[in-house]
Amino acid sequence: MLAFAIKRLLHTIPILAIVSLIAFGMIKLVPGDPAVVMGGTNATAAEIDQIRRNLGLDQPFHVQLGAFYWNLLHGDLGNSLLLNVPVTSAIIERLPATLWLSAYAMLLTLIFGLATGIIAALRHNTWVDQAATTLALIGVSLPNFWLGLVMIVVFSVHLGWLPTSGFVDPAESIVGFLRTATMPAAALAMLQIGLLARITRSAMLEVLRQDYVRTARAKGLPEWVVVMKHALANAMIPIVTVVGLIFSVLISGSIVIETIFTIPGMGALLGNAILRRDYPMIQGGLLFVAAALMLLNLLADMLYAYFDPRVQVDRDG
Amino acid sequence: MSDALLSVRNLTTAFATESGRTIAVDDVSFDVRAGEAVGLIGESGSGKSVAALSILGLLPTPPARVLAGSAVFEGRDLLQMPAKELRRIRGKRIGMIFQEPMTSLNPVFPIGEQIAESLRLHERIGNEAARKRAIALLDRVGIPSASRRLDDYPHQLSGGMRQRVMIAIALACDPKLLIADEPTTALDVTVQAQLLDLLNDLRRETGMAMLLITHNMGVIAEFADRVVVMYSGRVAEEAPIETLFDAPRHPYTQGLLGATPTLAQTEARLRTIPGSLPDPAAPPPGCRFAPRCSFADAECSAARPAEISLAVGHRAACRRTDATKNWQAA
Repeated sequence: MLAFAIKRLLHTIPILAIVSLIAFGMIKLVPGDPAVVMGGTNATAAEIDQIRRNLGLDQPFHVQLGAFYWNLLHGDLGNSLLLNVPVTSAIIERLPATLWLSAYAMLLTLIFGLATGIIAALRHNTWVDQAATTLALIGVSLPNFWLGLVMIVVFSVHLGWLPTSGFVDPAESIVGFLRTATMPAAALAMLQIGLLARITRSAMLEVLRQDYVRTARAKGLPEWVVVMKHALANAMIPIVTVVGLIFSVLISGSIVIETIFTIPGMGALLGNAILRRDYPMIQGGLLFVAAALMLLNLLADMLYAYFDPRVQVDRDG
Repeated sequence: MSDALLSVRNLTTAFATESGRTIAVDDVSFDVRAGEAVGLIGESGSGKSVAALSILGLLPTPPARVLAGSAVFEGRDLLQMPAKELRRIRGKRIGMIFQEPMTSLNPVFPIGEQIAESLRLHERIGNEAARKRAIALLDRVGIPSASRRLDDYPHQLSGGMRQRVMIAIALACDPKLLIADEPTTALDVTVQAQLLDLLNDLRRETGMAMLLITHNMGVIAEFADRVVVMYSGRVAEEAPIETLFDAPRHPYTQGLLGATPTLAQTEARLRTIPGSLPDPAAPPPGCRFAPRCSFADAECSAARPAEISLAVGHRAACRRTDATKNWQAA
């Protein structure tokens, strides 16, 4: 398993190289002079010159590329034009909120998605199944920003149960975290819950038909052991694949949700950077998100190998 | 018949289908006595597997439903028992092995765990003790270097080995009855013979009774003390093994035996029973074998034939047993 992990980790290097090249090329692809675009309409010629020098855009291409990678290897992603701080430290400061929010949303997705899917499969073709499938469809169809706004109106404005915005780090106060993060995490998770419930339902239906489930029943095992052990362990194989994808959607979905709930996370940081054309910040964010997603996919692959002993970890799956 | 370990009476099982209800097992009765090996033989679709699965409550309901009958095991009706009590009998008093060794083991758990699980459940022993027993069981069913195989996954074993593991699971708690549903059908002929020998040995060692479901006359001949022949969901004939092969009285049994190729046979073509198994959704009235039977007359197609007792332990559901008397083995 360790060799498998290391091998997969090495595989991410060329992918990261390509992603970083795209991040680098992004500035080159801006029509006209990127320094002019970044400076905005009110910038003086001196200011634009300053931007150009800061970004090293006055250097020849290969020098720029070399400097970009050299800095990248040293963890230096340049300075944010907007915040005037190093991109790396801005990201590291904002990262925890996004990670906590995504993890919370993931937890909600797993709990409610799996439960709904399993119950629907066990009550196949009954009103319970119908209701669960319909709810899942509604979950998939609702845009999460709309859901977030509705939640704010209902739970904060009308009922006054939860604050409308803000974020408390769970290291400071678990209660505070739950109060501030539950609505955004739920809004973020709703679509994924619907998706996971549907995948879980069909995976469980498939697995419950199998001969080994009958064998488990023939052993005299209680029905919950048959379902939660023998069936679910097999259904997890397709589910894990989807969970890996869900994580990446959660992270990109957090851009909108963090903006709505004014949570100081990566999403809000990048959203602002995109709106204000803070290219170094966008570059850094892109690289960070890409690296994070690759790590999560690696994790999903390892989970996949864990759940399915037939995956030959030493032969690259 | 009071000494029966398992006594099945008037078992009737139906499946709900899109075109209505299909009776898969129709008023079937038979006994299995303690220590006895009973063969349940019939073609695919004759209802033999459904009958066995009905007894243990292993059919998916819906679509299947047991409509009538009883299956009294050790004095208690399995069909009327609460699910919780039936679970205490499944895997403990009655073991079952299935046709498909490739798919009957759970692919994501080591085989040792799949055996130990039964032991922990029914014998209430700890993990270590269960593992030790699992090794002994693997050893007993002929898996070489059992202690090293314990943590293997099913995909690392051959079909024959997997079926041995299935047997180990079924035998884990020393059941009084083993139901084997086509245990060798999916395997190579040589492996089939080895497994049948193993089952025979195990039966002799443990004194358990066995209900062997098969479509293979050769397997029956090697194995059973008594045979129940099923046709289209009903019992056609029941006889001790010698009687069945020497003096069968139901035309279907005679046809089956006639269709079994022998080394002495000189014809180029294999003999067959003309026609095919009736559509279970729309079975013929009267005797279900009548449309394919050379002895049948008009009355055979009119009413279901009564079971006629021909000798001790020999019965046939046929009106024309007088005419079938002079059967000669090919």
